[in-house]
Amino acid sequence: MEKTRPLWSNPLQFVFACISYAVGLGNVWRFPYLCQMYGGGSFLVPYIIMLIVEGMPLLYLELAVGQRMRQGSIGAWRTISPYLSGVGIASVVVSFFLSMYYNVINAWAFWYLFHSFQDPLPWSVCPLNGNHTGYDEECEKASSTQYFWYRKTLNISPSLQENGGVQWEPALCLLLAWLVVYLCILRGTESTGKVVYFTASLPYCVLIIYLIRGLTLHGATNGLMYMFTPKMEQLANPKAWVNAATQIFFSLGLGFGSLIAFASYNEPSNNCQKHAIIVSLINSFTSIFASIVTFSIYGFKATFNYENCLKKVSLLLTNTFDLEDGFLTASNLEQVKGYLASAYPSKYSEVFPHIKNCSLESELDTAVQGTGLAFIVYTEAIKNMEVSQLWSVLYFFMLLMLGIGSMLGNTAAILTPLTDSKIISSHLPKEAISGLVCLVNCAIGMVFTMEAGNYWFDIFNDYAATLSLLLIVLVETIAVCYVYGLRRFESDLKAMTGRAVSWYWKVMWAGVSPLLIVSLFVFYLSDYILTGTLKYQAWDASQGQLVTKDYPAYALAVIGLLVASSTMCIPLVALGTFVLHHLKRGDAAPVA
Amino acid sequence: MLWLLFFLMTAIHAELCQPGAANAFKVRLSIRTALGNKAYAWDTSEEYLFKAMVAFSMRKVPNREATEISHVLLCNVTQRVSFWFVVTDPSKNHTLPAVEVQTAIRMNKNRINGAFFLNDQTLEFLKIPSTLAPPMDPSVPIWIIIFGVIFCIVIVAITLLILSGIWQRRRKNKEPSEVDDAEDKCENMNTIENGIPCDPLDMKGGHINDAFMTEDERLTPL
Repeated sequence: MEKTRPLWSNPLQFVFACISYAVGLGNVWRFPYLCQMYGGGSFLVPYIIMLIVEGMPLLYLELAVGQRMRQGSIGAWRTISPYLSGVGIASVVVSFFLSMYYNVINAWAFWYLFHSFQDPLPWSVCPLNGNHTGYDEECEKASSTQYFWYRKTLNISPSLQENGGVQWEPALCLLLAWLVVYLCILRGTESTGKVVYFTASLPYCVLIIYLIRGLTLHGATNGLMYMFTPKMEQLANPKAWVNAATQIFFSLGLGFGSLIAFASYNEPSNNCQKHAIIVSLINSFTSIFASIVTFSIYGFKATFNYENCLKKVSLLLTNTFDLEDGFLTASNLEQVKGYLASAYPSKYSEVFPHIKNCSLESELDTAVQGTGLAFIVYTEAIKNMEVSQLWSVLYFFMLLMLGIGSMLGNTAAILTPLTDSKIISSHLPKEAISGLVCLVNCAIGMVFTMEAGNYWFDIFNDYAATLSLLLIVLVETIAVCYVYGLRRFESDLKAMTGRAVSWYWKVMWAGVSPLLIVSLFVFYLSDYILTGTLKYQAWDASQGQLVTKDYPAYALAVIGLLVASSTMCIPLVALGTFVLHHLKRGDAAPVA
Repeated sequence: MLWLLFFLMTAIHAELCQPGAANAFKVRLSIRTALGNKAYAWDTSEEYLFKAMVAFSMRKVPNREATEISHVLLCNVTQRVSFWFVVTDPSKNHTLPAVEVQTAIRMNKNRINGAFFLNDQTLEFLKIPSTLAPPMDPSVPIWIIIFGVIFCIVIVAITLLILSGIWQRRRKNKEPSEVDDAEDKCENMNTIENGIPCDPLDMKGGHINDAFMTEDERLTPL
């Protein structure tokens, strides 16, 4: 007599868990960047097409597999075909890598959150230099927000080779982040189910508050108009389509095994088709919603910087030519410049190199993604708002909710196969397994708190999951459609949920989605091969900006190991199973 | 004779206070930027106040307690408002060394700022860097306090959850027949086939359930 599988208390918990997992930091800091790079409003066209053609079918597939097999990724794929349990193992390996580095972002969010309770905000002013006559040199060259991120938070070293030691402040925050995650997953679906109510809904509350605040900021409309004006010629750019496909793919979190794990705790009669459509629509809607907020913040920041630039130029001219204070305004600046150039040509030519050309477009054009957007650009905008402490707390709280929601999915992907396995769960209780997983991840995660930690973070972020996931999902789709049999799967689903599977899904699963994934895969590989040696951005303290450097050999080895360790699982396990069965058959033959 | 003396005096004055002269400093005021609508006009009375403030600052320096307002000379007042000034010694023949004037002004910058309702950015003495106010540094950084609070709360919550889990398990072990686990959704002990409880499936109106498959079809044959 076995214990029945734990279930979600109600289907809403399942939907919230999926939303909480899928809606993550990528919606906030990657989609607005892509939207800006690939034609603003017109990027929505490839995005929505890819959502319908690729996102929904693949999401439905994973949820259906999990709900049908009622096991974590390893067990589910082993049930489909023992040769393909490598797919499950690859998913677990990739999830393991992801959870290692992803929680560092939560640690940084905690760090900024704790520092938001000060007046003035620590990233709004530069610290003073040694003899208190001016500001710190690095901070002058960069900006105060960049200084706070690169020096105070990361204490970054000039290159990957210089490791530095473990910084105790981010290490403490990382420890806290893992403790919070442990608290949420401690009891399995019982605790996770309650936590996802908050991690799914609170970010939306904060986004709505930010939307209202963002739209009422001075200069927000500049950002919105600039970004959303469609540039139709980008539709012809293949990169726009590829990036739309990749964004949908990674944003939904396919291939990690988290969706299979979540769905395995469902009642078998659950209507996962409806849920798949709901989750993917909400995920895309959140991306678009977050980009409206981001663009209004961009607009505010750009207008603020533009006006500051104009003020600086006015001050420079006023001081050089001893004009009356307050005479130069934004409107008469050009006229006066012309007059001064003609009236005092020698003096004007002296001061001319120092006059910056202030342009609103160039301020708006600075496209940033990733941690740079979240921790530098947003903080720069926040420090200029009134009551900046409140906005800062709200913002980092939202980042935390998004990050922890995604972490719950990641750890579920690792823990579900472990707790499903009879060997492990008979020896250790669930709490101990979760604790061990969190402890191991936390210990390895300390690497990212070293001085060179951010460079390793970038390596993991760029290479740990990208290629492997494409391969995993491709094998998944082919396994379900051709190894297990599409007809058999369809009849399973019909029996389980009581609803027939529409022809649309069948066509997508069997034909279109695998083709799409293959083309994405080919594109990525060719991109890597064509780029030649891989490079990274290093922070140069003396110049106060990022410089490009080449990866050393051992870093390239680590990258190769990351990609290989997950992708090689699939063929290796298949080979191993084949060999084992041949051996067994060889043993059994004399008996039969 | 008197005219000659007068011209001599003004000539000497002119020589002592000149843009770029030795020991001369340029001052720049941005009154409109600082005060907006409440900006006052810069006239000779304001200049008199300025001379008084400089003389006051010099008086604070040892050996210079005898500095008078007439020892401070202003010249080249522009529309900006900017001008040059020097401080002469009692004989009015030499100017005081720049270092002394610099020290005096730095020590009393706040008083001078206050007299004109300006601050370090709007009342600039070029070549005299102002001492910036050091930031407030509490003994215990605020972030550690908040971190400590949240850390303790999380540890307490984890301990409570683990302990309650252990109690629940002990209670379950004492009463093996009662399945009172909050995670267990089925009331009765169901026969399990591959992890799928049969009862919920049977509730689908009594159809033959394809999910309840035989062992052969369950796994793809090798």
